[in-house]
Amino acid sequence: MSRQPYIRPMSKTTWYMRNKRYKVYVMRELTSFLVAFYSFLTIIALAALASDSPDRWNAFLASQQGTGMTIFHALALVYFLFYQTFPWFKLAPKAMPVYLGEKKLADSYIIIGHYVAWVIVSAFIFWLAGVI
Amino acid sequence: MNTRQLELEVMRYDPEKDEAPWFQTYTVPCNEDWVILDAINYVKDNLDTTLAYRWSCHMMVCGSCGMMINGEPSLTCKTFIRDLPDKVRVEPLENFPIERDLVVVLDDVMQKLHKVQPYIIRKDDPPPQDKEYIQSRGALAKFKQLTMCINCMCCYAACPQYGLDNNFIGPAALALAHRYNKDSRDQGKSDRLDILADHDGVWECSFVGACSEVCPKHVDPAAAIQQMKIDGAVEFWKQKMGIPGDKS
Repeated sequence: MSRQPYIRPMSKTTWYMRNKRYKVYVMRELTSFLVAFYSFLTIIALAALASDSPDRWNAFLASQQGTGMTIFHALALVYFLFYQTFPWFKLAPKAMPVYLGEKKLADSYIIIGHYVAWVIVSAFIFWLAGVI
Repeated sequence: MNTRQLELEVMRYDPEKDEAPWFQTYTVPCNEDWVILDAINYVKDNLDTTLAYRWSCHMMVCGSCGMMINGEPSLTCKTFIRDLPDKVRVEPLENFPIERDLVVVLDDVMQKLHKVQPYIIRKDDPPPQDKEYIQSRGALAKFKQLTMCINCMCCYAACPQYGLDNNFIGPAALALAHRYNKDSRDQGKSDRLDILADHDGVWECSFVGACSEVCPKHVDPAAAIQQMKIDGAVEFWKQKMGIPGDKS
């Protein structure tokens, strides 16, 4: 009897369509485009600030406050929350389990800790920006 | 006992006859308390003696009956008929070459399991002959979950990273390495680091998390791999700053 194992290669272009799990993963990874976009936006903002021209800075602020950009930022926030923030906070206890003697600290403590830290950091940034 | 007609679509492949795998459908009268393995055994015993597949214990211990059940890697001895629709498709585990019918070639993973040095490494010279290494329950708790792996390889079938590039060491072997790294009796962490931190090691994992979701023994290889990434990064900076590693 001859051996002739059959290999089913995974499609390099459509593999993520195979199941829901992979699709959710790809949606999470696609947020990297938004990260790139916001990095780019930060560079533009810094360049406007560095130019010492109030007009240029005000023009940048105005460009972000139109209806289209407001909707875009709101959608980006929702996308980030559902495909980055919530999933990663949920996964955090996996990457950093805490043991107290023989007992593992319940995952909920680590997850809640992340949310608390998130609120504190956000509040600090809002305070810095003069929003609160 | 209630019986139910199950339409079982089974992937067939005979290396001596077939160019490619194909599906054969069997109608199986099942009891409601049957698992898929019972249905496959019924086919083998009553309908088609040529069907090839692996199984042994029928109780989630041996790890040999892992297959794709309606596209999901699972132990067939653990998947109840009552939880499935009337039509069920059974295929060999994804991401592995098919030897015949539902039997896959596992040589690659066997080599990888060996490669991560899954045994206690001691630097004592010579090791103490007349006493055992003492371990507290707390120290055991840190890796006990990882010892539950039965090498069913469902995690490899779920991992797209392994499917796309099988040079990746993969979930079960990395979890096994982590099990020994976390063992307080072991001193081989630095010996394993070269393999684990290499290009095909932990950094190839992009944390899809599918391995942990399909694991029938709740080993959670994805968590083990993320913890190893943190350990690896800490070791890297320790070495950079000339601080000795935590073990050996």
